[in-house]
Amino acid sequence: MGQIELKQVSKSFGNVEVIPPLDLIIEDGEFVVFVGPSGCGKSTLLRLIAGLEDVTGGHVLIDGKEATLTVPAKRGLAMVFQSYALYPHMSVRKNIAFPLRMAGLDKADQNERVTQAAEVLNLTDYLDRKPGQLSGGQRQRVAIGRAIVREPAAFLFDEPLSNLDAALRVGMRLEISELHKRLKTTMVYVTHDQVEAMTMADKIVVLQAGVIEQVGSPLELYQRPRNTFVAGFIGSPQMNLIDGPEAEKLGAHTIGIRPEHLEISQTEGAWKGKVGVSEHLGSDTFFHVQSSASPEPITVRATGERAFHYGAEVWLSPRPEHLHRFDSKGLRIE
Amino acid sequence: MARAVTPRRKALNTVVAWVIGLIIFFPIMWIFILSFKTEGSAILPPLDVLRSSWTFENYGVVQDRSDYFKYFGNSVVLAFGSTLLGLIIAVPAAWAMAFVPSRRTKDILMWMLSTKMLPAVGVLYPIYLLFIKLGILDSRIGLTIVLMLINLPIIIWMLYTYFREIPGEILEAARMDGANLREEVLYVLTPMAIPGIASTVLLNVILAWNEAFWTLNLTAANAAPLTAFIASYSSPEGLFYAKLSAASVMAIAPILIMGWFSQKQLVRGLTFGAVK
Repeated sequence: MGQIELKQVSKSFGNVEVIPPLDLIIEDGEFVVFVGPSGCGKSTLLRLIAGLEDVTGGHVLIDGKEATLTVPAKRGLAMVFQSYALYPHMSVRKNIAFPLRMAGLDKADQNERVTQAAEVLNLTDYLDRKPGQLSGGQRQRVAIGRAIVREPAAFLFDEPLSNLDAALRVGMRLEISELHKRLKTTMVYVTHDQVEAMTMADKIVVLQAGVIEQVGSPLELYQRPRNTFVAGFIGSPQMNLIDGPEAEKLGAHTIGIRPEHLEISQTEGAWKGKVGVSEHLGSDTFFHVQSSASPEPITVRATGERAFHYGAEVWLSPRPEHLHRFDSKGLRIE
Repeated sequence: MARAVTPRRKALNTVVAWVIGLIIFFPIMWIFILSFKTEGSAILPPLDVLRSSWTFENYGVVQDRSDYFKYFGNSVVLAFGSTLLGLIIAVPAAWAMAFVPSRRTKDILMWMLSTKMLPAVGVLYPIYLLFIKLGILDSRIGLTIVLMLINLPIIIWMLYTYFREIPGEILEAARMDGANLREEVLYVLTPMAIPGIASTVLLNVILAWNEAFWTLNLTAANAAPLTAFIASYSSPEGLFYAKLSAASVMAIAPILIMGWFSQKQLVRGLTFGAVK
């Protein structure tokens, strides 16, 4: 079991309040991702759950039991750090066995569980090496191995993939998702990368300045962002946010339209514009169009190869069913 | 970028380095030579000393007159004892300062260092009286404690510097893995800091071995280490150069040999942090 509940949890460093009181429930077996720009308090929130930081106010409950004052070692949670934080003086085997040794398991049990974990993570051939002799991806797997052997109530991941190169990151992302499907253990995952959040999460918690902006499934956040911050943060490339007369026509302060929800045409449409830089990805093409609708260039996504040369005159039309409307406070208008 | 070094310049550098090295080493070398001369020839002009005959008799006389191994034993106990005792206190202290610093940590470190700025003789009288009251004058335990105390600031400072190089996340990982504080320090921090702890131990053993002020003032016979052994040969009634030299060689040889074999560790220890 691994239900985690935060009740009015807050955190201040000296006089600086980094997390104002917040409530959050993470259900057993859920994959929850904390996402937000750097400095938004997502790592601090994770460390509060882990017990590595003390809360300033409020309560942390694990499986319904008060854990606010419980030391990290006794919370039954496992953590994977950004820097891997492997023990450099121990072999891979000893690294993975360390939590079991601390739990007082006998040697035979330790060995059996380590062997199992190593098989799952393809580390069998590396058990006798030291962390210094492994690649980044392998080290990450050892860190995960160390976390899974003790069968924790929940896994905490603190930006585990940000030290890996792009190709490896995609691979590890899949491995972690796979692991979650297999173990069905609660996972709390911190990242600043919204692609990681979208692809892995059952539930995303968007944070800004220590405040939860929205909690929901990836598609909820994508289709119905609660405010302009979430609208701009989730989705890549970003949603186009347009203020002024075009928004007022629709009775809103700001309207938002995702790049994939704009039609681009040479002959007709709602907004006239000029093509600026185009980005060709093969599968998609992104056009940055300077239009009458807003002073900022509007990003348009077109599938496949579409050719509009620099400076070409085009027309853009938003699909009305995909328009998002926000009021002057940035909140969504239904 | 490497600078071009001509062979001539290289040769010159080598000569200069050797000369400086020999000047520094000369007193020890001269003591070594004198220890193998008779008392009569030891007071001759330097060139005549070198020409005079060699003998082992000083070593025999010194060992007969005063039991070298008793002093040696005391030195070993005092040097290693005070260092180990210091470590037991310094490891947790340095852990706290390095990983859970408070606003006053820097001040405490400075304050500890400031105790080294006070001349030792300034506290001789109170400590001497304390020792008499406690009945630990001329005892190994008393002297071990004093030597530990005077070197403690250095031990804590050195360990603090090493510990600061160890990423805090690794200790946090140990905490998450279920280690309590003792296990965290014992199984994770200490093994990772072994090179640092080794150089700290080495340096402090050497410092304690060579410490003369307290060992001479607080001991008489029972707890006297090799420093007192040397001092007993610099008698005012007659200067027995040869025997004094033999005693000195016997006193410094063990630590010199130990230092020689561990010089790599020692140099690394002393320059740690300076090049990173």
